[in-house]
Amino acid sequence: MTIEELRKIAEAEREAQKKYQHHVCVCIAAGCLSSGGDLVRDAIQKEVVESGMKSEVLVKGVGCMGLCSAGPLVSVESDGKMYAGVTPEEAPDIVGSLDTGAGGPAECPTNVPFFERQKKIVLENSGKIDPERIEDYIAHDGYRALVGVIGEMSPRQVVDEVIKSGLRGRGGAGYPTGLKWSTVAKTGEQEKYVVCNADEGDPGAFMDRAVLESDPHRVLEGMAIAAYAVGAQKGYIYVRAEYPLAVSHLKTAIRQATRLGLLGNDICGSRFSFHIDIRLGAGAFVCGEETALIASIEGKRGTPRPRPPYPAESGLWDCPTLINNVETFANVAPIIRNGAAWFASIGTEKSKGTKVFALAGRVTNTGLIEVPMGITLREVVQEIGGGIPDGKRCKAVQTGGPSGGCIPERHMDLPVDYESLKGVGSMMGSGGMIVMDETSCMVDVAKYFMEFCMSESCGKCVPCRAGTQQMHSILQKITNGEASPADLALLEELCDLVRNTSLCGLGQGAPTPVLTTLANFRDEYDSHIEGRGCPAGVCQGANRNGKEAAQ
Amino acid sequence: MSAKAPVRVKTLTIDGREVGAREDQTILEVATENGIFIPTLCDLPGLSTVGACRLCLVEVKGARGLLPACVTRVAEGMEVAVNSERLDRYRRGILELLFAERNHVCSVCVVNGHCDLQSLALRLGMTHVHFPYQYPRLPVDASHERFVVDHNRCILCARCVRVCDEIEGAHTWDIMSRGVDCRVITDLAQPWGKSESCTGCGKCVQVCPTGALSEKGKSVAEMSKRRQFLPYLTLMREGRR
Repeated sequence: MTIEELRKIAEAEREAQKKYQHHVCVCIAAGCLSSGGDLVRDAIQKEVVESGMKSEVLVKGVGCMGLCSAGPLVSVESDGKMYAGVTPEEAPDIVGSLDTGAGGPAECPTNVPFFERQKKIVLENSGKIDPERIEDYIAHDGYRALVGVIGEMSPRQVVDEVIKSGLRGRGGAGYPTGLKWSTVAKTGEQEKYVVCNADEGDPGAFMDRAVLESDPHRVLEGMAIAAYAVGAQKGYIYVRAEYPLAVSHLKTAIRQATRLGLLGNDICGSRFSFHIDIRLGAGAFVCGEETALIASIEGKRGTPRPRPPYPAESGLWDCPTLINNVETFANVAPIIRNGAAWFASIGTEKSKGTKVFALAGRVTNTGLIEVPMGITLREVVQEIGGGIPDGKRCKAVQTGGPSGGCIPERHMDLPVDYESLKGVGSMMGSGGMIVMDETSCMVDVAKYFMEFCMSESCGKCVPCRAGTQQMHSILQKITNGEASPADLALLEELCDLVRNTSLCGLGQGAPTPVLTTLANFRDEYDSHIEGRGCPAGVCQGANRNGKEAAQ
Repeated sequence: MSAKAPVRVKTLTIDGREVGAREDQTILEVATENGIFIPTLCDLPGLSTVGACRLCLVEVKGARGLLPACVTRVAEGMEVAVNSERLDRYRRGILELLFAERNHVCSVCVVNGHCDLQSLALRLGMTHVHFPYQYPRLPVDASHERFVVDHNRCILCARCVRVCDEIEGAHTWDIMSRGVDCRVITDLAQPWGKSESCTGCGKCVQVCPTGALSEKGKSVAEMSKRRQFLPYLTLMREGRR
């Protein structure tokens, strides 16, 4: 494969698509699929055939368009219309309106902040291309970066470009990606691995799933560029088995890329070979921790080990291993294609580029969004999210999943970047963002995340295994209205112990939801303990016991 | 002339004392050599290190957090503190968590007086447990003809798993499930007596720090563990290499 051949494939695909007057894209990613996206696609396809418009209308199944709460979504590329909550019965109306532009079902406006305030890099093809056709990806500049890199750049230049871009790990901790790449590259000529962490497990977060389902080739291209840069020959994608569609799309993509010579032996006629295999996670949250993930790939029990040595030095089968998150790899091709300076011009001083969030909770528009770093939480919640429904007030935003924290309303003008979120006790995390209003009890929220950590603790180290259980039972006592101030003191003591002595990030981060809610909403804890009940009205036990105390 | 790899040495300070070490040694090894006590439960010389019990955490100047001495290699000029008010508090906290997690009743235990957990609690001044006891209902498996596993007394240090895998080469033991539901198991969670891979060597029983694994026919306080075989076997194997 040369750049010229790649261009020819792209042009042929563009020509083929141009023949169709209308492009009807139906979202068949997991969100819309669960509300019948595939039935809608089939109905529209059938309608197109029956009305004799087969040569004019191209019906594609595409990936996530973002507004998951309003699925199934259908977009008509030719006239920029979007329809939400489409049923198979509406197919004739949609197809009938294609030529006349009138008579279709009610449109979903796309000139609203939800769409206009986003900036798409990772999701640029999401909802536009058919994830099961490599030609469609190539027609959208796909694999141009990889072929260009192999033909024109040295591994060192690729690493430098990623360093200059300022890209940081999107898995949560924000470690500089270029630094990680250069460390692995430094380990000299030996067997090395590139691993893609797709074991997304934070409750309510589905960024990586959307990327893998909607644009799998982007991840493969990023991994291949990384492998070229660090000198690896073999790659693994560790994806959770609960994502069957993502796995299926990945398998298809790997097969297609291998057939075109973009993966496999002697890529693009060079001496660079790179093979990718998929490994399925069996549903353990802790396997998202890199050392546990490596143990799991090796066929061992998925438990973390102490670092150092870091995987960059000694990882999979004791070889130097580069582990990056799905979204990190998805950023690589655009950086190479458009240049590090372009990427570095987006975002804040220390946090470059964009971040994908799964917006959920008490907010009007829930779904998948990609925003430039540095946007404020208020903009995300009020403008993109469309504010809080039912005239309620925003109380807090939870970021970072079970290791993250609750950011109170008074910090809503904080820019979304790694340092700012850390500064208020939370973290960027992999991209879960849960909005809470007055009807959310912060103690209950803390208890929910503690229960998650308790049941997902691998059980290897004592503080995480036994400590999360103790903390959870105290939180249970508080929400039942049975706790005393001494229990709260014990909870704080346990938070300090577990945070500072646990082996991996799961245990070290487990107390964070408690600590941030204690720091910002201590009155709610006090109310439960002093018999004044649950202010949000969530904890029935506390309310009942509160009333008894009053009598 | 044979080209011997040079032995590189480092000097560091542990609690203000200057000590020398080979570069491949851990803080724990060097401390033990110099008679400096660091509490451990999962560590046992001769077995691989896992860093799971977190009792050997030490403060290293310049490090981001506390480091487990059993797996942390020495470095030139390293300043290590193994005793501090904070470390004592954490160590006692971890011990208390262990005592509260399962049903450790020393007065009726076969290893009363010979127990690593018990003696560590004494040594670290753990006078009481201020976390609520969880009192889980756990089984005792006495199906093996010579040994018993009592899950009530297991602290999940995985010494049995490691000795069986690394020294005996049988890998009869492993751990199943997650979090507080973790259990040591033989074969694929079969009764020990039915295990086809178990050779009956009893190494697991001897390395077990508590009364979780014991010999049949021993009453309260009658079981003591014989661990001399481990350094001997390790030494012999290293010599053959």
